[in-house]
Amino acid sequence: MATEFHNLQELRHSASLANKVFIQRDYTDGTVCKFQTKFPSELDSRIERTLFEDTVKTLNNYYAEAEKIGGQSYLEGCLACLTVYLIFLCIETRYEKVLKKISWYIQEQNEKVYAPRGLLITDPIERGMRVIEISVYEDHGSSGSSSGSSTTSSSGR
Amino acid sequence: MSAVMITRKATRKWEKLPGKNTFCCDGRVMMARQKGVFYLTLFLIVGTCSLFFAFECPYLAVHLSPAIPVFAVLLFVFVIAMLLRTSFSDPGVLPRALPEEANFIEMEIEAANGNVMAGQRPPPRIRNVQINNQIVKLKYCYTCKIFRPPRASHCSICDNCVDRFDHHCPWVGNCVGKRNYRYFYLFTLSLSLLTIYIFAFNIVHVVLRSVDSGFVNTLKETPGTVLEVLVCFFTIWSVVGLTGFHTYLISLNQTTNEDIKGSWSGKNRVQNPYSHKNIFKNCCEVLCGPTFPSVLDRRGVMLEDSSSPTPSDVSAASTHKGSNPVSQTTKSSAPLIPNEHTPDEAKPSIGAGTQKSTSSPKEEKPPSPTSPNAVAPAVIKESTH
Repeated sequence: MATEFHNLQELRHSASLANKVFIQRDYTDGTVCKFQTKFPSELDSRIERTLFEDTVKTLNNYYAEAEKIGGQSYLEGCLACLTVYLIFLCIETRYEKVLKKISWYIQEQNEKVYAPRGLLITDPIERGMRVIEISVYEDHGSSGSSSGSSTTSSSGR
Repeated sequence: MSAVMITRKATRKWEKLPGKNTFCCDGRVMMARQKGVFYLTLFLIVGTCSLFFAFECPYLAVHLSPAIPVFAVLLFVFVIAMLLRTSFSDPGVLPRALPEEANFIEMEIEAANGNVMAGQRPPPRIRNVQINNQIVKLKYCYTCKIFRPPRASHCSICDNCVDRFDHHCPWVGNCVGKRNYRYFYLFTLSLSLLTIYIFAFNIVHVVLRSVDSGFVNTLKETPGTVLEVLVCFFTIWSVVGLTGFHTYLISLNQTTNEDIKGSWSGKNRVQNPYSHKNIFKNCCEVLCGPTFPSVLDRRGVMLEDSSSPTPSDVSAASTHKGSNPVSQTTKSSAPLIPNEHTPDEAKPSIGAGTQKSTSSPKEEKPPSPTSPNAVAPAVIKESTH
């Protein structure tokens, strides 16, 4: 089993980056932002499948909420158009509000779930909303070669 | 806190972004490199409206109604605001893949292709996705090292992949994509209205004045009218036509790029998978949909250190508005700079191609052999607790 890391800080100081796993986008519902919930094989020994799937599903729900086209988005759009979009200098768009929630959620997940298992999730917005990047760390004490770059394809369609 | 002295030169991320964009106002404004035609657009609009306010409005305000110049001013302000918003905003540029992501994708491709015999061309890099019961092909972008999302395309003028790429418009000096399409449409729509408005009231003004002083005298008194009528006449044909074309595209939820390529023209029973099959819904999605944020953190700060960085509590899960621990400055010199029309088959795999990367190693990562050009500015982010 992977060595226990107690918090993010310890992760930084005592671990070295071994590998990165990229969770790709799921385009089956069109161009909405949604990530694949398929469990990558590189994380098999590091984290429980259900925890991972929960994280990705929650993120997908957040993005769906941000991109929902309904009454609130119409209102926001029309109001903004009437004010020649100057209103965005004063208020935050709904998408930006949800992005803040996502950021908070990822930080919480990192602290509670992923860092103790030697993993770290990067906010997709920092990767152009293309991938969820999961960094896999190895403790300095271990051989460091256990989860080297895997050549097996982890995301199929 | 460490006592290590660090001399910092704060650089904003926009200074290191690849692509051929120009940035102004410290990263707040983002445009294409060639801006000449944009200045012409601005000049024509401002010039024509100035002539209108100078020559026609005083007469019409007195003889017809003061509401006429007031409405003209409102329309003019709206047109300029939409133009500037279209021109200055990020159209939806997709940042290039960082080396790790690019390598990951390369490995996946190699695994999927299996063994290619020596001398054989590797198969084109295409991923098939099913969207609403249609098979959509995602192409690989050799410049950006990503599989382009559906509806994204690479603009060869700006050298960026743009999400929901519509077209590159030299008149606004920028690409038109997901983030600024509605402003572009409102710009063409309001400009059509403004042009028709000015043209109509020019005619009205000339007619009213001619009744009093005669046609030739009218033209002598207000020479600006001739110029305005000329400009408006030619503008109406083009801009109103363009507005009509884009209204048609919006009602079908198509982009100009897809229309030109005939992606959903109905051959081979291929239908547009993004259309809601309902004109109203399509219009609502394009015009009243959510406002997407920019994923390019243009104004984030990158710090250059002359000595070893202070260990700080770096959290990867900060908001995108804060500075980023990893720079987005992957510069790759591919043998060809592909545009959206370059066929994929013509390009060999560039895994062995020269790749210059100026991406900085992450703070927690010791100098590793995977980044040969690892002497790069390190990025430090303050903790955001």
